[in-house]
Amino acid sequence: MGATIIEKIIAHNIGADSVKPGDIVTVNVDRVMVDDIMMPFIVNKFHEMGFKELWDPDKVVMIYDHFVPASQVDDTRHFRIGDEFASRYGMKNVHRSDGICHQLMTEAGYVKPGDVVFGTDSHTTTYGCVGAFSTGIGYTEMAGILGTGQLWVKVPETIKVTISGKLSPNVTSKDIILRIIGDLTAAGATYQALEFCGDTIDDMTVASRMTMSNMAIEAGAKCALFTPDEKTAQYCEIELNDFQISLVGDADASYARELTYNAEDFVPVMACPSQVDSIKPVKELIGTKIDQVFIGSCTNGRLEDLQKAAAVLKGKKVSPFVKLIVTPASRKIYRQADADGTLLTLTEAGAIITHPGCGLCCGRSGGILTDGERVVATNNRNFLGRMGTSKVEIYLASPVTAAACAIAGEITEVSL
Amino acid sequence: MSETFTGRVWLLGDDIDTDIIIPTEYLALKSVEDMKPYAFSPLRPELAGQIEPGDIIVAGKNFGCGSSREQAPEVVKALGIRCIIAGSFARIFFRNAINNGLLLIENADLHDAVSEGDTIEVVTGSHITADGKEYQIASLPENLMEILNAGGLVKAMRKRNGLD
Amino acid sequence: MGMTMAEKIIACAAGVETAKAGDIHTVELDRLMSNDGTTHLTIDMYHNLKHPSIKDTDKLVWIVDHNVPSDSPKTAASHKKMRDFAREHDITYYEGAGVCHQIMMENHVRPGELIFGADSHTCAYGALGAFGTGVGCTDYLYAMVTGSSWLLVPETLRFNLHGKLNEGVYARDVILTIIGRIGANGANYKAMEFAGEGLHALTMSDRIAICNLCVEAGAKTALMEVDDVAMDYLKEHGREPKALFTSDEDAVFAATYDIDLSEIQPIVAKPHFVDNVVPAKECLGVKIDEAFLGSCNNGRLEDLRVGASIIKGKKVKPGVRFLVVPASQSIYTEAMKEGILDTFMEAGAIVMNPNCSVCWGSCQGVIGENEVLISTGTRNFKGRAGHKDSFVYLASAATVTASAIAGEITTADLI
Repeated sequence: MGATIIEKIIAHNIGADSVKPGDIVTVNVDRVMVDDIMMPFIVNKFHEMGFKELWDPDKVVMIYDHFVPASQVDDTRHFRIGDEFASRYGMKNVHRSDGICHQLMTEAGYVKPGDVVFGTDSHTTTYGCVGAFSTGIGYTEMAGILGTGQLWVKVPETIKVTISGKLSPNVTSKDIILRIIGDLTAAGATYQALEFCGDTIDDMTVASRMTMSNMAIEAGAKCALFTPDEKTAQYCEIELNDFQISLVGDADASYARELTYNAEDFVPVMACPSQVDSIKPVKELIGTKIDQVFIGSCTNGRLEDLQKAAAVLKGKKVSPFVKLIVTPASRKIYRQADADGTLLTLTEAGAIITHPGCGLCCGRSGGILTDGERVVATNNRNFLGRMGTSKVEIYLASPVTAAACAIAGEITEVSL
Repeated sequence: MSETFTGRVWLLGDDIDTDIIIPTEYLALKSVEDMKPYAFSPLRPELAGQIEPGDIIVAGKNFGCGSSREQAPEVVKALGIRCIIAGSFARIFFRNAINNGLLLIENADLHDAVSEGDTIEVVTGSHITADGKEYQIASLPENLMEILNAGGLVKAMRKRNGLD
Repeated sequence: MGMTMAEKIIACAAGVETAKAGDIHTVELDRLMSNDGTTHLTIDMYHNLKHPSIKDTDKLVWIVDHNVPSDSPKTAASHKKMRDFAREHDITYYEGAGVCHQIMMENHVRPGELIFGADSHTCAYGALGAFGTGVGCTDYLYAMVTGSSWLLVPETLRFNLHGKLNEGVYARDVILTIIGRIGANGANYKAMEFAGEGLHALTMSDRIAICNLCVEAGAKTALMEVDDVAMDYLKEHGREPKALFTSDEDAVFAATYDIDLSEIQPIVAKPHFVDNVVPAKECLGVKIDEAFLGSCNNGRLEDLRVGASIIKGKKVKPGVRFLVVPASQSIYTEAMKEGILDTFMEAGAIVMNPNCSVCWGSCQGVIGENEVLISTGTRNFKGRAGHKDSFVYLASAATVTASAIAGEITTADLI
């Protein structure tokens, strides 16, 4: 019988011919990501467990992003603890202000198709965009991996999502994943893997796929996988090997569920307050007044996102008394968007450009809101209190929709 | 190894996310003890002060969805919650709770059958008794019971490293 | 008997022929600037008035710059209060466009004006020959409602600048040298007036930096003669003077100082006072955790150019956070066009949106316990930049950038 992508990755990793959903196996970890917010906790647990060295310092990547720039006096304590740990145990892969962890992991070449990767952040599912099995874990398990290089996992069932056809120009991969989360519901893929295929997916850039794998966790998914292709190879700056090429869901693989969509049926949508699966077409929300727009995050802070937003904003102005905050996902993206004039277009429209980092999405700085305010944001969560008080309303949308809303000062649908 | 205990119920809804359990703003506090007053604050700011050791949280589906922050199960445990009974749990929260020795029980029916303040009885691996009625519950997979029985993952690793 | 610049501006604003130091006058204010540090308090007091009204909304300029974008529900609430009020009363309002004093210089200040700002560094406006002074929110509210206020005419300390700055020495070093000489209360209640041929050789950016910091010597205001350089700046920004004043030859000064610019060397103000100045060379080797290039004092294009020329092709020391924060959106845009921002980004700096940043110490880039910051900000008071047990050294853009590269305090010539 055939296998799904996740089954192939796990079997390959443990040197088995095959695995099936429900099997509990111990995987050998190819790479881990640890972030600033969790560092003090990871370090404590690591020492409490009695480890004296890292299983492989080169496989550990430490990224400061939630607290960059620091907004509370104890934030830099996390940097100090991280720096000490890195130097004590010989870690060289350290990024202190280069952008959001999930962007850097693929962008800087730490993750390759077929890898098994864990990170201390739920959006670690992102790396499925290049065909890696990646998922978020807590700091205790991370400490265990740092010492042993291994973790037990249950082989997940897979939900196959097939999308065919051509998307309308005002629809992005963000609208697709929001719609899918709405259809699956916030717990609809819990413990399961998502697998995306179809010609619409084939046509997508790796950046667009990244938006989808990033948000898979919002349906509860353990991971979200795309078959590595030529675009993946180019993005990762590698040539795909036989194993990586084999990462296709077999026709006779067994799926827990199959969802099939026509690309033409997707429309611009938003996740309404305060559940990510509370999805409505933008058309139904037109005219809702807004106070702020945020374009950024590991979901939608990439170059193509900024470019698309800039195309909408070019020659226009952000509505008076509305703030538009743009946070590129990485230093590299910031520089590319600077070089090609995207940042200038955004600035001239009245955007506030902040340094790459998690910014507003993690609710620590970068445009926190207060009672009665409403924000349209391109990130991944609209939970109660996520961006300020519990009386802030967060609408999640694509960068093009967000840009159009910034100009209008209210929710509007962009026509392109 | 089955255990029997009773506890007072705090009733929460569906999709109780990690930002509700402990908002990002408080994640940099130096200890989980310091975070306790802020648990559940976006939803019910007074709740953390009302919970007493031995209490039980009963919730709907998808408890603990959202981020991987392990402060979430740790702060619940630090408040003295004996166990969480929910329709379902988000998977990262599930792993984190087990790794910290916080008991989680899945049951889809209990949430609609109890009221806040009720006292219920739990017999682990077997059933829950509420208002004279029994609700069956499953036991955890073996590998998870091993971690729970060791007292969490840290203790299991210490054993592995010859410390305990 | 002749009058000083300060006396003339106050006389004009009071509608009288003459004013002399020690007089108290009721003055009509030309402009009233307020920022998110205190405006929410002013609004609260306004609503408690029996008959709240605003004399002339055209005079009001409100600027959100201290915590932008906001970093907590509390600051967000204060911004919302300000925004809603500004919108309702049609008040000129900026949010995220830059540091208030820079925005005022670029868009509003005119020579000869008398301006209240609810921020101590309002004295910066003297670079355009305007009398700017910082007030609290009660004074601000009174002025907002009545359009006027009372003012004690200050004595003037006159600084005659001679010669030219040497290569590698900047306006920041000049004003720190002066503050070191006269002390942190050396100009209390007084105006500091700058004149002389040395002044004419200074750029507008230099002049703003000098006037801006005068409050650190306790000055009520700072004033500079308006010359061609200032007039060109004004014209470039599309404005005309209200009036041009200079001190009369027989004006009375409380003291006169002669400053030879060519003798000034790179200076550092050590923790925790602005007048605790030493030659930068005496601080060599002090390890730093963070460096900050920005603020109303040194976040202008000229400062960013100096920093970029030093760091080009080099890297920020790993583990050191180097914050680069242009003082306004227009500076940010220009710096982007010149490739300066990219130079900083390439070197590993953290380039932020225009705001007060760590100079204000409550928002972006705060420092932790026992950390050391070298900064082009305005103040190095204990706890100013974050944790109460932290240390701030003030220096020029050049010294700050060089230190960011070295990871310890050093001067640009040693890099």
